[in-house]
Amino acid sequence: MAINLLRLAVIQLPQDVKQALQHAYETETSPAGKTNLKTILDNIKLAEQTGTPVCQDTGTIIYYVKAGAQTQDLDKIETALTNATRKATQQIPLRPNAVDPLNGKNTGDNTGAHIPYVHWEIVPGNDVEITVLTKGGGSENVCTTGMLVPGEGLKGLKKFVVDTVVKAGSQPCPPNILGVAMGGGADIAMKLAKKALLRPLNQPNPNPELAKLEDELLEAVNQLGIGPMGLGGKWTILGVKIDYAARHPASFPAAVAFNCWAARRATARIGADGRVEYLTHKVR
Amino acid sequence: MATYKLKTPISEEDVRKLKIDDVLFITGTIVTARDQAHRRALDWAKEGKKLPIDLKGLAVFHCGPIVKKEGDKWIAVAAGPTTSTRMDIFEDEFIKNFGVRVVIGKGGMGKRTTEAMKKYGAVYGAFTGGAAALAAKAIKNVRAVEWYDLGMPEALWIFEVEEFGPLSVAIDSHGNNIFEQIAKTAEENRAKIYEKLGIGK
Repeated sequence: MAINLLRLAVIQLPQDVKQALQHAYETETSPAGKTNLKTILDNIKLAEQTGTPVCQDTGTIIYYVKAGAQTQDLDKIETALTNATRKATQQIPLRPNAVDPLNGKNTGDNTGAHIPYVHWEIVPGNDVEITVLTKGGGSENVCTTGMLVPGEGLKGLKKFVVDTVVKAGSQPCPPNILGVAMGGGADIAMKLAKKALLRPLNQPNPNPELAKLEDELLEAVNQLGIGPMGLGGKWTILGVKIDYAARHPASFPAAVAFNCWAARRATARIGADGRVEYLTHKVR
Repeated sequence: MATYKLKTPISEEDVRKLKIDDVLFITGTIVTARDQAHRRALDWAKEGKKLPIDLKGLAVFHCGPIVKKEGDKWIAVAAGPTTSTRMDIFEDEFIKNFGVRVVIGKGGMGKRTTEAMKKYGAVYGAFTGGAAALAAKAIKNVRAVEWYDLGMPEALWIFEVEEFGPLSVAIDSHGNNIFEQIAKTAEENRAKIYEKLGIGK
């Protein structure tokens, strides 16, 4: 199941991402931007037709597991996911992207210390929902955490987001998706920001105040003119997704996580009877 | 904006014709090199050792591809560009030492590289980041792999390509750099955005 999930993720982008890219292509005004968006759309189609990964950087493999507390064999899931990652690397194939930071050696199979990383959430029930995020390195390199000044409030956050997008410039393969989070702590903010990338682009924030902030930030960063691939244009960011946690009175942690336009994610639910239902992709 | 189709080895004269905003397609030999391969190539040049392939007139491609072996033949599965800025610390020396005419990547490069391109006659061709399936389609043959000990993404892959592109000429051999221009525009726009969001300096 996890091998299939990885296969779906790296070959077929979710519908909401494809729609957003199509809309960007139709409304982009810069010629270089339009050329690049056309190449992106052609590439997505070709990848689906030929069953090859959309991007050669098949990312660092991260799983988000929402496990029903009554599920059998919960303790076996992490090993199963690691084994599936190893097999998928061979079978799909994926690019081996796990390097030992101490000796610089590539492990060759996308597994290594703490990798694939598994985020756990225990929920009531007896089924398990597994999401895989194959996170590209180019967009990861510009993810930023900031400890802002509490007295500046949301204005400080807005400035931080705009500055981070300016600094990232052409590097993360724009148009990107931004996950933004505030509060919690340095680690919690980045964890929430990255998890916010999983929310579909066409799904507005359920909190109206945050939904408004998402729209405001999206409009703002798309006035920078960085454009597709940083060659100029109006589409620098496809969507902004915000989450937050309560903060310490003395701290205002904030985090901005970037995802590539090739926003590869896939989710499946395994029922207590073993039945698998794919939630992000249509599977025949 | 003109479209050029060039075959390797590319001459200095041909590369000097290219201007920013032009579109380029390459046929011939391109060689991948990322951080580790750049570093080793320059180390070898310093030691007077010959590289496994003569890069003169060829294109160097910032790419860590997915390749699979069928029998004894390598097949390029997916081969889009990686972020070029990481190679900025090597590229001026790389162009000077090995005479590459085109650097293919994404995200652009900085002043040092732009100056080396002006001095020695080379351009930067931006390929759409992530467009790995399209890139692989243009790769007709994996001629060889060298330095495989660096790992699949970091090895030197020697590809024979047909009409590899479209590449946006984003740094030309006359000192023009689109990425620098766009970064300046973004800086200028930032002040207006601050104002709109009600942010002070």
